[in-house]
Amino acid sequence: MPKPEILDPQGKAVLGALPRLGFAGVSEVRQGKRFEIEIEGDVTDAVLAEVNKMAETLLSNPVIEDYAVTVEASA
Amino acid sequence: MKVGVVTFPGSLDDVDAQRAVRIGGNEAVALWHGDADLKGVDAVILPGGFSYGDYLRCGAISRFAPVMDKVVEAAGAGMPVLGICNGFQILCESHLLPGALIRNDHRKFVCRDQLLRIENNRTPWTSAYDAGQEIRIVLKNGEGGFVADAPTLERLEGEGQVVARYLEMNPNGSMNEIAGITNERGNVVGLMPHPEHAVEELTGSGLDGLGFFTSLVEASFA
Repeated sequence: MPKPEILDPQGKAVLGALPRLGFAGVSEVRQGKRFEIEIEGDVTDAVLAEVNKMAETLLSNPVIEDYAVTVEASA
Repeated sequence: MKVGVVTFPGSLDDVDAQRAVRIGGNEAVALWHGDADLKGVDAVILPGGFSYGDYLRCGAISRFAPVMDKVVEAAGAGMPVLGICNGFQILCESHLLPGALIRNDHRKFVCRDQLLRIENNRTPWTSAYDAGQEIRIVLKNGEGGFVADAPTLERLEGEGQVVARYLEMNPNGSMNEIAGITNERGNVVGLMPHPEHAVEELTGSGLDGLGFFTSLVEASFA
């Protein structure tokens, strides 16, 4: 997600579009990205550390974005 | 001097940059993103465009191209590096320059002849200009809003690392109207507008961009 203090023009565009479609009462929209990463085998602490490293190195830019990693079982 | 111009998949202004290098009195050397080889050049330009389709974030994937390992290494050793537009974005993603470039605050692509003030003429790319000189060159970007946290911004201003600033209007929401910055050492410069499109009377808005390409010669004889 863009950090709270970073301007999010895409979120602003969505916020502007919602009332035009009749959706009232929305005060703020922030737009981010979601990556679904499939891992071979179990998600151990080591694997999780590796995924966090991916997030810091490539998937997010820590200068302007925050990230969070959540683990879900595959369907 | 031999000036390398890197071509990434999606680079647009690499050939213009090579031409500007030659008009500026230097030898242009084509460099390829996939080659971890700078071919013995004395300086490197990362040109404008949409490298890797701007996927993920502008410059995020280019940063990990094999040639960039060499560029980062050479920049650390003091080699002059200029990133124009997408090249500026790549330099920020590579952490060779602080801050980041985000989507224009007005959300539209901007293309205009933009007035700038050269704030720092002590870099190898701007020494041909007078400090405070006003130049007009083309600006064309969708994600040119320069942002940095408050301490970084303060340091950039305090240490004279702002190289160029937008005048008359802020075309993309950049903090402090910043159009270009340099690193602490002063050898790496990132610039959002395009000096390579203002080097010939026949095309472009004038000759105001030429200084970025003649500065290298002056720097080497200084």
